[in-house]
Amino acid sequence: MVEKKEYPLGGVIPKGGTADDYSTGGWRKLRPVVDLDKCTNCLICWVMCPDSAVVTEDGKMAGFDLDHCKGCGICAVECPDKVKAIKMVEEAE
Amino acid sequence: MAITATKGQTGLTGNSAVAYAMKQVNPDVCAAYPITPSTQIVEDFSGYVADGEVTTELITVESEHSAMSACIGAAAAGARVMTATSSQGLALMWEMLYIASGMRLPIVLANVNRALSAPINIHCDHSDSMGARDSGWVQLYSETVQEAYDNVFMALRIAEHKDVLLPAMVCLDGFITSHAIENISLLDDQEVRQFIGSYSAKASLLDIEGAPTFGAMTLPDTYIEFKRQQSEAMTRAKDAAIEVMKDFGKRFGREYGLFETYRLEDAEAAIVVLNSAAGTTKVAVDALRKEGKKVGLLRPRLFRPFPWQEIAEALKGAKAVAVLDRADSMNAFGGPVFSEVRSALYDLDSRPRVMNRIYGLGGRDYKVKDAVEVFNEALKAAETGRVDTLVKYITL
Repeated sequence: MVEKKEYPLGGVIPKGGTADDYSTGGWRKLRPVVDLDKCTNCLICWVMCPDSAVVTEDGKMAGFDLDHCKGCGICAVECPDKVKAIKMVEEAE
Repeated sequence: MAITATKGQTGLTGNSAVAYAMKQVNPDVCAAYPITPSTQIVEDFSGYVADGEVTTELITVESEHSAMSACIGAAAAGARVMTATSSQGLALMWEMLYIASGMRLPIVLANVNRALSAPINIHCDHSDSMGARDSGWVQLYSETVQEAYDNVFMALRIAEHKDVLLPAMVCLDGFITSHAIENISLLDDQEVRQFIGSYSAKASLLDIEGAPTFGAMTLPDTYIEFKRQQSEAMTRAKDAAIEVMKDFGKRFGREYGLFETYRLEDAEAAIVVLNSAAGTTKVAVDALRKEGKKVGLLRPRLFRPFPWQEIAEALKGAKAVAVLDRADSMNAFGGPVFSEVRSALYDLDSRPRVMNRIYGLGGRDYKVKDAVEVFNEALKAAETGRVDTLVKYITL
């Protein structure tokens, strides 16, 4: 007999921020790629990313959290015209 | 509010009585959007709030969808929450009703039964609460003002019962019960407080330390387990209801059960009907009994969960049962009470003949003569063992 699993009443999870543990990047079609030599670390991409998927280290752009990036491309569009350090590339490539 | 107090009795409309019950409960939060015929509940209650007679946070919202949403947020924060609505209001709450029950929040809602549009109509029928019958809410139905008042406290206790934790709906007939003044006995505030006790939610949105997550997504690997959990709670709600009703009777002397029977024991033909129409039917029962006709009545009180074994047991002696529905399931197969009662009787070794009569939609009067006609049809079916017409509209 399969033992009945215990589930929290009403789906209440006794801690917060659990979306962090769940990979939602799987449906991405385009992947952002940053050229750190061009990047000026203005962090406009970090501000604009709707999934908080821009990773920073010591206040500097360090890449992307691809477990949560959906590939929307907002970072590439918002990267200033004079810089354009982010390119969207096909996941298939 | 018209009050004429004599010998411990008070004359109140159904709406005023429900509002007074809410005042005595003194919930933490009430989020509501008034709608005919339940308007007076919110109107009276807002008076209690304005006069400082309750400490309730009254949230006035822009729609019933928002009302139920605010109720859910407040209940998730750990508050004891109540609201009231009718008809289109309940319909607009639809998606939130399922969220309240799925999140296991014991909100109590008074639904003053009114027809659904179209055509637009403000009068009594049960299509609003019957439409919500699968939403995971406990449903209690009330014949009289007294019963509606008493049901508010019982619904709260059932909803908050540790084995249940589901929202509950108290249904009373629009205008017929909500606007008619009846002499009723009120409980003391102290008696109410002792009966309902205090409420302590298992988890709270405002718990900054634990910071629990509410309303998280579940995928095919867990969703069905949550639904089974909810279904089992609904199954347990029947025993909780029996326990709560027994305690209510012991404390206050007014006895309630899962359903009421009237001269049913030796009846050959029975009518099953909800709410105020039962009163009319009882008059017909008495008149026909005087003529020596063996007729009786069963009036379900607890409709969700549906106490099918008990109802089958109570009706098994009858030869014919006429189920009256004040709502049509629009399935070309009768109304919701009919479907469930007929299904409940299926497992009996010897089943009564069953017929469905749709009556009183949109507030059409249901008179003693209508009940007599149905009884005569049922008596004929009892005698012949044949039902001529399975489903039929009456009171046309």
